[in-house]
Amino acid sequence: MEQKTLIKLIVGSEAIFFLALLMAFVYFTYVPALNPRVASTLDLTTTGLFTVLLLSSSVTFWRAEVSFRRGHTTQLRLWLIATVVLGAVFLVGQGIEYSGLLSRQLTISKGTFTTSFFTLTGFHGLHVLIGLIVLSIVLYLAFLGDLDDPDSALLPSVGIYWHFVDIVWAVVFVVVYVLPHFLTPRAS
Amino acid sequence: MITDVQLPEPQSPLPGATVNADQGLLMWISSVDHKQIGIMYLLMTLFYLFVGGLLALLMRVQLMVPENTFLAPDSYNQLFTMHGTTMIFFVLTPAILGMAVYLVPLQIGANEMAFPRLNAFAFWISFFGGLLLYFSFLAGGAPDAGWFSYAPLNQVQYSASPGIDYYCIGLLLSGIGTVSTAANLVVTIVTLRTPSMKYRYLPVFVWMVLINGFLILAAFPSLNAALVMLLIDRQLDGHFFNTDAGGSALLWQHLFWLFGHPEVYIVVLPPFGVLSEVFQVYSRKPIFGYPFVVGSGIAISLLAFGVWIHHMFATGMGNTVNSFFAVSSMLIGIPTGVKIFNWLGTMYGGSIRFTTGMLFATAFLVEFTIGGLSGISFAIVPIDWQLTDTYYVVAHLHYVFLGGSLFGLFAGFFYWFPKISGRMYREVLGKWFFWLFVVGFNLTFFVQHILGIIGMPRRVYTYPNLAGYSPLNLISSLGAFLMGGSMLLFLYLLYDALKRGKRGGDNPWDGYTFEWLTSSPPALKNFTTLPPVYSFRPVHDLNHPEIGDHKKSDEEKYGTKDTD
Repeated sequence: MEQKTLIKLIVGSEAIFFLALLMAFVYFTYVPALNPRVASTLDLTTTGLFTVLLLSSSVTFWRAEVSFRRGHTTQLRLWLIATVVLGAVFLVGQGIEYSGLLSRQLTISKGTFTTSFFTLTGFHGLHVLIGLIVLSIVLYLAFLGDLDDPDSALLPSVGIYWHFVDIVWAVVFVVVYVLPHFLTPRAS
Repeated sequence: MITDVQLPEPQSPLPGATVNADQGLLMWISSVDHKQIGIMYLLMTLFYLFVGGLLALLMRVQLMVPENTFLAPDSYNQLFTMHGTTMIFFVLTPAILGMAVYLVPLQIGANEMAFPRLNAFAFWISFFGGLLLYFSFLAGGAPDAGWFSYAPLNQVQYSASPGIDYYCIGLLLSGIGTVSTAANLVVTIVTLRTPSMKYRYLPVFVWMVLINGFLILAAFPSLNAALVMLLIDRQLDGHFFNTDAGGSALLWQHLFWLFGHPEVYIVVLPPFGVLSEVFQVYSRKPIFGYPFVVGSGIAISLLAFGVWIHHMFATGMGNTVNSFFAVSSMLIGIPTGVKIFNWLGTMYGGSIRFTTGMLFATAFLVEFTIGGLSGISFAIVPIDWQLTDTYYVVAHLHYVFLGGSLFGLFAGFFYWFPKISGRMYREVLGKWFFWLFVVGFNLTFFVQHILGIIGMPRRVYTYPNLAGYSPLNLISSLGAFLMGGSMLLFLYLLYDALKRGKRGGDNPWDGYTFEWLTSSPPALKNFTTLPPVYSFRPVHDLNHPEIGDHKKSDEEKYGTKDTD
């Protein structure tokens, strides 16, 4: 109860932090008119694929929570492993995307678009990384048998954070990748 | 009729609680006890109050006479930046957190905070954040772009010394601590109240801390995001605020004031709660209009997020935007005014004891109203355009921060000193301190209103010998030294009280809330049993059963009964 309340408050505070970074991105990219190079710079399809993987990690975590409540410890461990793997694959995907951008000299100091893009997605990646570390600890505890008691507040508390990280990415994905793609007039 | 309820023990023994008092410094460093951490916050406040005050005195020496060469311009820039940053982030903020952390568990009848180790973590990270900020003096120069560090002045090309990098990191660390403590306090208040303490029986101070917790959680992320962006600009050559490369100087102002204006309420709402306790106990009357005190606190916290543009009227946002924020800024005067009348109503007809704490509370009413009136004048856009960045602003903000927050904190300090230390301070010394401080304060800052109106800009390191400038600045400097001297008297008062003070007893003021029920100073474990709560004055009900609130109807308890 206490843990869950605390995590909810922290997540609420973090949401405002991301909102500030997102507003900076929107300000530099959408104002006064949408920067047409955004859509051509970013690869919607590849990132979309990794987005699906990250969002499905929320589903696997939800299944882990269900198994946890029912006391199915083996399934709990399997779903947790799946969650960690999906999260890790997303981070690898972000690494590939970053190295692609960097190889085209699109560094953080290139312009306001790259500055706000790397800051926003980088801080999200950092949160995914923190989530993965926490999830690995939870997984370790699950194998030790600490999660056999369905009254433990640990898993639901971590869940609030992990779902939050996924929701943030859903919003970031829409604003950074999807909208510019559809709002940019096609050059044909 | 009043029967005690057994207080549940914490589920597991507190980590570190086995360290006993013989272990000296180790006990303090390893402590997770909310009272010890609260005291450490207050000591940190006292330390930085003297450091920040010393910086201010150096500035006042420089400004005492025109064309002075005591300080070079760049040192002067560092001094006013560090003075403002210190006073807001390392004096007022830890002071309110320290009082909250010390008193909230006691007032709600809990034995600990919800997360004792998080509490200790938050204190220490704030503490080291402050040290890191001051390390900048050794690392090549302190930050020098003002406490709100406007862009593009905060960029490397204008401020090449590493000061602003230390500013970012120091404030980020202490910001993380502040947010952690705020969340901790909210969870504590929501989950650890003694079973019969309903929200409508919460002491007003606890209400203000609860509201303030949400305010901190919502305001600090804007600052943290801005600081992270600034650090990326400076260290990774980013372009958020670098106007030469397409960045936006206004973005910094928006983010900073979206934090900065709520921050003003963050450091004044808990003092409002403190004053509500001080006024009722020293007037021997329950607070007048409890629901209005709490409700206006909630109103202030909501309005706090809708007024930040009034710091930016001079940036040319257009008439529509300016008018909207002028109106919203004036609206804030209403709930604040409601509170002033609540406190006057509490004093009215009361049998008042003018102890040092009550004197500070009464002086607060006057000084804070002056600060409020100059604040209202800034909400009028043309006046703001005329007076922005002059000494009128300096006068206004000091009347709010000192006359508002600090006077409230002093009132609370003298009120709770017997509880925290177990000893009484000498009332004569307290009154001398009060009068010297108040006279010094008004001498220093009242004349700055006039200086601002006749056109002296803030943050100038010296000024020409224009008509009026020299005498007013001299008065201001002399007042500052009077205030500084009174702080030395305050130190002596502390020393005298701790060394020779009489034992105060558990409840020297006939206080109303649960902290007065336990011993002075409280033992490591605050309570074993507590009486049930029937009103917002549980200890008063217990000590005066014949006139206690528990017999009254709700209307009479809260003073909302229509007596016509």
